[in-house]
Amino acid sequence: MIPLLRRWFAFGLLALSSLGVPLAHAQLSIEIVGGAGAQIPIAIVPFGNEGTWPLGISGVVGADLQRSGMFRLVNTDGVVPRPVRAEEVQGPLWRSRNADAVVVGSMTPMADGKVDVRFALVDVVKQSTLVAMSFVVTQQQFRVTAHKIADIIYEKLTGDRGVFSTRIAYITRQGTRYQLLVADADGNDPQTVVSSGEPLLSPRWSPDGTRLAYVSLENRKPVVYVQSLETGTRRAVANFRGSNSSPAWSPDGRRLAVTLTKDGGSQVYLMNADGGNPTRVLTSSGIDTEAMFTPDGQSLVFTSDRGGTPQIYRANLLSGQVERLTFDGSYNVSPRPLPDGKGMVFVRRDGGRFQVATLDYATRQVQVLTAGPGDESPSVAPNGKMVIYASEGGGRGILAAVSIDGRVKQRLVAPAVDVREPAWGPFPRS
Amino acid sequence: MRKYLWIALIAAVGLAGCSSTPTTEAPVDDRSAAAGAGAGSTGAQTGGTTGSGVTGSAVGTGAGANPLRDPNNILSKRSVYFDFDSFVVKDEYRPLVEAHARYLQQNRNARMTIQGNTDERGSREYNIALGQKRADSVKRMMMLLGAGEAQIETVSFGKEKPRNQGHDEAAWAENRRDDILYAGE
Repeated sequence: MIPLLRRWFAFGLLALSSLGVPLAHAQLSIEIVGGAGAQIPIAIVPFGNEGTWPLGISGVVGADLQRSGMFRLVNTDGVVPRPVRAEEVQGPLWRSRNADAVVVGSMTPMADGKVDVRFALVDVVKQSTLVAMSFVVTQQQFRVTAHKIADIIYEKLTGDRGVFSTRIAYITRQGTRYQLLVADADGNDPQTVVSSGEPLLSPRWSPDGTRLAYVSLENRKPVVYVQSLETGTRRAVANFRGSNSSPAWSPDGRRLAVTLTKDGGSQVYLMNADGGNPTRVLTSSGIDTEAMFTPDGQSLVFTSDRGGTPQIYRANLLSGQVERLTFDGSYNVSPRPLPDGKGMVFVRRDGGRFQVATLDYATRQVQVLTAGPGDESPSVAPNGKMVIYASEGGGRGILAAVSIDGRVKQRLVAPAVDVREPAWGPFPRS
Repeated sequence: MRKYLWIALIAAVGLAGCSSTPTTEAPVDDRSAAAGAGAGSTGAQTGGTTGSGVTGSAVGTGAGANPLRDPNNILSKRSVYFDFDSFVVKDEYRPLVEAHARYLQQNRNARMTIQGNTDERGSREYNIALGQKRADSVKRMMMLLGAGEAQIETVSFGKEKPRNQGHDEAAWAENRRDDILYAGE
């Protein structure tokens, strides 16, 4: 396990120095600070021939699985000859190393310059091959392929869909320079989407992963933009009188819920994602904001102080019925519906500490996931199993992640910048 | 009123004759002072009787001063501070709000933006809304005092643009604030 981890970190540093990535590009480095209760011990044997290429595919697979907190990597040193196919995996050998599962693979260059990458996942307790697959890919696709393999292994062994092929958006601040970046879920390959001398906040992925909505203060007032990740072009979709903020996509990607103050007071409107006239959907005499569509598209959860303090409510868009969801404490905000529709993640203030928590709609149970004191802006992974959020560490803004049961904990830090406002992207279309 | 206009006209004509002499005051300032002198002096009159603390009218400090920038004029004070979780305008800021409302009432072409801010604690989006509520609170008071609705836009920066980057009570108090800006500033 340790040699593999060292190799991954070393590769990460090598990549940074060889690419000359400037500090301002804010590469995130991710560390585990807490693992699942019962981790699956798995051996990831280096793939046959993989040393031919600079990117060690098996290393990326192992790093993904380890970073999930659900797996413990078993040492693969000293197994000679190295197994590269399922048939070559010797059950007793690996069981003596306390592995439950073994991953083997090979890479074979083909005449047209592509590479045949194949792997097998073997259950050494039941002595059966769980998965065997092959891909024909270009060298440029090695990283994507490694993430895909990790997703397949993860799903096979945990029953949950993997999120190793997803991306995250986040915002950095360095002095008065703000950037909105998109990176792979492992922090790799950060790309600047927006760079501004004024604050940016609330990045939100369109359901198909092709656009980002966000709020910019570059016009000396909050304005909502929608930007294409492919082309980089953007449109100010909400620039009405007063403040325009808190964009949220409908599940079909056609509409945005936004908070506008154009009619006096922060209120929630629906509008076409391309811009146009907004329709008021909620009415209160105070603050309504942070509206998010539920996964079935039929309701909005939102923050409102209509009851006197900021609390979370749910409004059915068809019936207009509004019900209050949070009752503990005097500050419950930032609702983020879980993909299975059974609950939400949100932020609560308890004795001055801001913490991330979950609410189960059926049981009304609140589970506090983080300690605070300044945790905010949670975003749920598309498999509903991890939550990324903004926190503080070492005197600056960092990101952190926690599993939905609170056991697995990660810290995501970038040198010399404040990081905030994470947004977990959707499953990629395949 | 006519007497003050007369003085303003003489001042304007006189200064126009001095255009070849470099001065620290640009002609634009002179014109606005001339236009404002009528309003300012009226303001000074009403200000004097109600004791709102308006001092140093344009006439008093010389025909070059813009009351909005004159450090002796309450109109140059632009910030209203708020208590934690509150958007209520405290009594100590009423004279300031009243003075700006009066200026808007007397200068129907003047346009103002009120920027609302919060301290660093809590949800960014909720703080955008809270800052907006603070800006609207001052706007509402000004409208009750005669300012026109179309003259004032309210926006919020939430906790995004703190003036004090500290993390203590003093910093938080300084950041819970509305700032008043006039068009062109």
